[in-house]
Amino acid sequence: MLRDEDRIFTNLYGFQDFRLAGARRRGDWDNTKDLIALGREKIIEIVKDSGLRGRGGAGFSTGMKWSFMPKNVTDKPVYLVVNADEGEPGTCKDRDILRHDPHKLLEGCLLAGVAIGASACYIYIRGEFYNEASAVQVAIDEAYAAGLLGKNACGSGYSYDIYIHRGAGAYICGEETALIESIEGKKGQPRNKPPFPAQAGLYSCPTTVNNVESIAVVPTILRRGAAWFSGIGRPKNAGTKLFCISGHVNKPCNVEEAMSIPLKELIEKHAGGVRGGWDNLLAVIPGGSSVPMMPKNVCDTVLMDFDALREVGSGLGTAAVIVMDKSTDVIKAIARLSSFYAHESCGQCTPCREGTGWLSRVMQRMVKGQASVDEIDMLYEVTKQIEGHTICALGDAAAWPVQGLIRHFRPEMEARILAYRNAAHRVAAE
Amino acid sequence: MSASNKVPTWEPPFSFTPENLAKAHKIIANYPVMRRASALMPLLELAQRQNDNWLPRSAMDFVADMIGVPRVQAYEVATFYTMYNKAPVGKNMVRVCTTTPCWLRGSDDIVATCKKKLGVDMGDITEDGQFSLHEVECSGACVNAPVVEINDDYYEDVTPEAMERIIDAFKRGEKPKAGSQIGRQGSCPEGGPTTLKAFTAPDQGGE
Repeated sequence: MLRDEDRIFTNLYGFQDFRLAGARRRGDWDNTKDLIALGREKIIEIVKDSGLRGRGGAGFSTGMKWSFMPKNVTDKPVYLVVNADEGEPGTCKDRDILRHDPHKLLEGCLLAGVAIGASACYIYIRGEFYNEASAVQVAIDEAYAAGLLGKNACGSGYSYDIYIHRGAGAYICGEETALIESIEGKKGQPRNKPPFPAQAGLYSCPTTVNNVESIAVVPTILRRGAAWFSGIGRPKNAGTKLFCISGHVNKPCNVEEAMSIPLKELIEKHAGGVRGGWDNLLAVIPGGSSVPMMPKNVCDTVLMDFDALREVGSGLGTAAVIVMDKSTDVIKAIARLSSFYAHESCGQCTPCREGTGWLSRVMQRMVKGQASVDEIDMLYEVTKQIEGHTICALGDAAAWPVQGLIRHFRPEMEARILAYRNAAHRVAAE
Repeated sequence: MSASNKVPTWEPPFSFTPENLAKAHKIIANYPVMRRASALMPLLELAQRQNDNWLPRSAMDFVADMIGVPRVQAYEVATFYTMYNKAPVGKNMVRVCTTTPCWLRGSDDIVATCKKKLGVDMGDITEDGQFSLHEVECSGACVNAPVVEINDDYYEDVTPEAMERIIDAFKRGEKPKAGSQIGRQGSCPEGGPTTLKAFTAPDQGGE
């Protein structure tokens, strides 16, 4: 188990003051000027060496992403955009950073800004997080008043501004180019890539989009060193990570743990175990709704990191662990996700716009068993027609939960169909 | 179709109050001078708050004209994002999350309680205009499921009994305490944290 002195988010639950005075007592904004003085190349090097991989789901090296930003841009502004449009079902970690540790995020925004040569940052917060956005705004105002942001931020000579842009209820804006469109005052529809945001992002200027957690851990990494961070977790899966444990556990919670912690240990140590005991476990979705579920036998031994979960055909995603015990109607659980994706498809690409609705309607029938067995194969086939055929990853995200269901629970789906047919025959015979 | 998509036939004219006009200019200043279109979303929200929490077309037109974007762009944005209400809603918007993590923790019972207690279906407004009931997709507070958003606040760890209590309080014109309804702190495990126990006491400030 991760030691408390290695935890970054010491006010995760909000027992303490989220404001500047409290943040300073927790070590935030401590001599930030010296960290800024490290300079662009050095900050990127440290973050690269720390092994930090993006915490928003894709798991791409954060330092590497920053190094793609063009150097010596003089004719255009450069932007950092922070993705706080948290809405992946199961995920609620960024919310705790926004409301309980906003100064960690702001300090990270400044340092990441230095690393990419940005002069301004927009934090895109989902519209429903009204109170969370208010907390961040309080923190921004405090930071400006204390000379930590604005012209000559922290006395470093670097000028840096941070603004909040609030969303209005569209999951798709968590996709980085949809998010950029949304800041520009348009519908949140993802852009074709290339060009990537590093070349032409917000207002066609070089832009990096990072997840809240990825940015908020940066100041601590710079203070404690790359070796400290990379020493936690398995190689290539470094660091501490916020896990969200929801569903059928005795004590659902968020917790910061070491990457690569065994799933079973995570659930039993922090979430009070599976409701009714470990043997009552049916399946776990380990990384937010977009990754395929894993049946219990996989859960028994799997480690919670990028590579281990990919090896078992799932993914770490946002590290949102959704636990389902044996009482769960697993077909209905996935059907609800299908209707989520149908609701959230932006409508731009035909395979996704039509396909997600189609999946959702067929899944509704599967819940009742009102289908034929070969429709299971057709369902699988349709997910394959969506996957990889859309501009953004929402199509894949809609396909994978259904594929995971068919892969692991096909016998349940067939039994449901048979039961429905038998019931219909009985009615007919009476 | 939910109530928020039933467009009324008559719409009141719209303009910002002096107070909101000042706020609007502050919002516009958050974006580069040539990029005033970026203020569209926050200004639509401001307009909605001024107008009993819904956006008549006159308000969309007003906002679009103010920042110099085509009116159709305001319509596009207002219809794309679900938090803009295109028709009147209740004074208190009750939005129940029913996505899988909340469903696993009993959101069906919360939906049933709300329907029974308010006497309306999803998407409808109560006769006295005090409440409207809506189903929403993931609220992003899954470890505190089931979650109900009421106006700007999250009510978490909601039970059917708590839901009745909350609605009764709103009916009396009170604002019940938001957050966890079983008294836990944020996303901390029930009964106390398993980590960071030295950090659970609120710090007193000053050394």
